[in-house]
Amino acid sequence: MAKLLMEGNQALAEAAIHAGCRYFFGYPITPQSEIPEYLSRRLPQVGGVYLQAESEVSAINMVFGAAGTGARVFTASSSPGISLMSEGISYIAACELPCVLVNVQRGGPGLGNIAPSQADYNQATKGIGHGDFHLLVLAPNSVQEMADLTIWAFDLADKYRNPVMVLSDGILGQMMEPVEFSEEIPEPPEKPWAVTGASGRKRNIINSLHIAPEVLEARNLKLQAKYAAAKENECRCENYLTEDAELVVAAFGSCARIAKAAVEEARSQGIKAGLCRPITVWPFPEAAVAEACKNARACIVTEMNEGQMVYDIRLALKDRIPVHSFGKMGGVIPTPNQILDEIKKLEVKPGV
Amino acid sequence: MSKVIASRTAALTETPFHYCPGCAHGIIHRLTAEVIDELGLQEKTVGVASVGCSVFAYDYFNVDMLQAAHGRAPAVATGVKRVLPEATVFTYQGDGDLAAIGTAEIVHAAGRGEKITVIFVNNANYGMTGGQQAPTTLLGQVTKTTPNGRTSEANGYPIRVCELLSTLTGAAYIARTAVFDPAHVTQTKKAIRKAFEVQEKGLGFSLVEVLGNCPTNWHLSPGDSVKWLKENMLPYYPLGEFKVSEEVE
Amino acid sequence: MNHELILAGFGGQGIMFAGQLLAYAGMLEDKHVSWIPSYGPEMRGGTANCSVVVSDKEISCPIVTEPSILVALNMPSLEKFEPSVQEKGLIVYNSSLAVQPPSRNGIDTLAVPGNKIAEELGNSRVVNMVMVGALVEKTGLVSMDSVFAALEKVLPEHRRHLIPLNKSALEAGAERCK
Repeated sequence: MAKLLMEGNQALAEAAIHAGCRYFFGYPITPQSEIPEYLSRRLPQVGGVYLQAESEVSAINMVFGAAGTGARVFTASSSPGISLMSEGISYIAACELPCVLVNVQRGGPGLGNIAPSQADYNQATKGIGHGDFHLLVLAPNSVQEMADLTIWAFDLADKYRNPVMVLSDGILGQMMEPVEFSEEIPEPPEKPWAVTGASGRKRNIINSLHIAPEVLEARNLKLQAKYAAAKENECRCENYLTEDAELVVAAFGSCARIAKAAVEEARSQGIKAGLCRPITVWPFPEAAVAEACKNARACIVTEMNEGQMVYDIRLALKDRIPVHSFGKMGGVIPTPNQILDEIKKLEVKPGV
Repeated sequence: MSKVIASRTAALTETPFHYCPGCAHGIIHRLTAEVIDELGLQEKTVGVASVGCSVFAYDYFNVDMLQAAHGRAPAVATGVKRVLPEATVFTYQGDGDLAAIGTAEIVHAAGRGEKITVIFVNNANYGMTGGQQAPTTLLGQVTKTTPNGRTSEANGYPIRVCELLSTLTGAAYIARTAVFDPAHVTQTKKAIRKAFEVQEKGLGFSLVEVLGNCPTNWHLSPGDSVKWLKENMLPYYPLGEFKVSEEVE
Repeated sequence: MNHELILAGFGGQGIMFAGQLLAYAGMLEDKHVSWIPSYGPEMRGGTANCSVVVSDKEISCPIVTEPSILVALNMPSLEKFEPSVQEKGLIVYNSSLAVQPPSRNGIDTLAVPGNKIAEELGNSRVVNMVMVGALVEKTGLVSMDSVFAALEKVLPEHRRHLIPLNKSALEAGAERCK
């Protein structure tokens, strides 16, 4: 298939269709509105359903119902809207329903602004909704990955019967790059648990209420076993020029693109810098992070937030080397030169 | 040879109801299940339970069931119905669930003309949480959170759901009934049947509000609770069909 | 070859479209390309702008902060972005509106009376294509054939009747540099 020049949001939406998804329930919010706009036109062409809900609260519950039937379904929103969805996400995780969620992050907290941000990292990887559960969270850094990781997200959702989030941001959503879609459409597995009308089989119940603590504990243990399997099997990380790196810059998503330019510039100036880019931010690729920093004497975590992934990096590196945080908040985007300056600060202070 | 003249409907499971003595939920469950059974819908029905006294509805209705978050059942039902347009999809909700936290969901499901059926039980209080004020609690009614009786100054006025929803074009059938005597039980079953038939014919959104008595939280005997319902709820919540769209007629 | 461009002008001058056209043309030549509308503080001040990168190698950062090429369609854009242009960089500016030429030393400049040329073609709205034509002729960033081919792909169905006019504008801009 020929390359297309597409916006990240549109590439993501088209990728969902390639993944066999035919149902989208959403609500407009900048900077993700290109996704529902695209799908409102595209889904009816392929026999699917686009429905604009009355709120993000309703949208996620429509996803809950559609996922309960076994259909591939997704929703997309931006930061404040994702907060509204967190109740429904907890129910979906509790009921082990596969679905894909997209957060095209914007500046926060509160209404914040519509500029790109990565300030929902903690929300996505640690604290979305109540109870002991996790999303699998994928962090694309290009338009091509907006497409590829979305397709993977549908597969992971079915494989683990768990909601999977694509954690994007306003840069990735609005930028255009060439993108290619593979012709292979992954075949979703059978879903004998789905509620479709109990014809010729025992009836199915999708439920997250378990009054007896022992029963609820058993449910939780089952979820935890699933998360352990995901940690074992699904961690992905891109390590670039890290083999001999003395200084490793860690970054995810669009910020990793900026950090990469800084690392390349540092190399051209003779500084042994490298880039570590977690692609799955939950499960967090601890082993790959440790590998990236095996010869490093310091790590700088650059994020478009106050420093959130930095704690996961520190855990992965177990305080072996100093881990510094360089963050920009409120929709401010760091420049490659600013990151280069941070690298140089460490370079002129050997032994830190 | 003995002949079976009455039996449990196939659309109910054998799980005994957990409801309090005198509670209307048991009757309304049975009527809903009988209609599903009699219309031959059991094998294509997906029910959505809500949060409230009827939270365990998934244990009682012998069909595929989902259990939704508080107030969200119409949105969940929408998700099911949009994927499975041929399925029969219903929600079973109380007044706290539907008329307070789930107001947006019910209004917009009706507004869209979503082809689902809603069984709505109004007993003028939050039953499961122990008898607090509901949006349907009557003026003067004492609840755990209106200890001196509901006043319009402090708590506003009770919401009439049927009247509200019947203004919406997407609503095809809206009725209010009661189950305090055999004649009204029969009327309720007729209304529920009509509501499911409206869905089967693809005519739009249908809802039956059933006035229910709550002896436990009203602190009355079952008999007195019926009397209280007739004297206090019927004047404010008149029975009848509030919306019957032309196609339904 | 690694060109990092900022295209800037008033909203409505077709800046975003001009940038997309260049990115598309680069993609048709199998180059690495990116396009991104402006974000951050530089978005304010009444100008629209976008970053375009056209490169032989994989693009690290798609957000251009220090352009190798600035295409400025009006005076405020020229004033705002002139200081950020790389040493030995190029500024192509619309001298019809940006009447004060760039003052920096050590950069290359190209003045194109974009509005005047567009008006001679009978449509002042194609000033963006005049500027792209001049830029392509001056730099060889992409070939004019690729720009023509991109035009066929990028213009939506209901705008396809504008292809001949846009081509004339591209050619007129190129002619200016010959």
